[in-house]
Amino acid sequence: MAGDVYKIQDKKIKPDALYNAVLADSDGAVTTFAGVVRDNTKGRGTSYLVYDAYRDMAEKKMREIGKEVKEKWEVDCVGILHRVGRLEIGEISVLIAISSPHRKASLEACHYAIDRLKQTVPIWKKEVWTDGGEAWIEGDPSALASR
Amino acid sequence: MNIKVLFFASCRDLIGTGERKMTLPDGATVTDLISKLAMEQARFTDMAPSLMVSVNQAYVERDAKLQDGDEVAFIPPVSGG
Repeated sequence: MAGDVYKIQDKKIKPDALYNAVLADSDGAVTTFAGVVRDNTKGRGTSYLVYDAYRDMAEKKMREIGKEVKEKWEVDCVGILHRVGRLEIGEISVLIAISSPHRKASLEACHYAIDRLKQTVPIWKKEVWTDGGEAWIEGDPSALASR
Repeated sequence: MNIKVLFFASCRDLIGTGERKMTLPDGATVTDLISKLAMEQARFTDMAPSLMVSVNQAYVERDAKLQDGDEVAFIPPVSGG
């Protein structure tokens, strides 16, 4: 039985589980997006990342994104997972999976969902670089206007 | 009134803790809370303009009135994804 998923988690994200969670027999498409830890930021080597979240509010804001998506597109189920804690290079930080009867809706909805997540969901990334430096990364404050 | 105040990411590092219990006069607003924190930690004044504030997990404006038992959070520009 397919359903929506909105979760902040400590353990590794497994793409198959979310894909299967949103897929029903009446769906003709599933679009997935994975955000992955890259080994550099503008050429500065990244050692690992640490993600922090305001967990309860983050899950609430992800649920709101799911609601917005369903108002805008003919989609079936929405799944959004975000990991917190220490993440190594190549690991998945965020995974979105959206199912729909026809492909266009889930393709567009998935793009919208990741953009909204980056604007409104209270999650923060700390970069720890190979040269020993580290810093919390701050997003674009102009997203304030579109919270 | 007594409220719970949460700090995240760079803001938590500045304040030195992720959670505080605070007492404010009845009728106090988010702005009053910011002023109180700024008196304790001067650098909070510089950081405050970039912070979003939530009350009970919904974003609010600075003039929002606080109530006993509220959970207030200071939210630096988010960088998830």
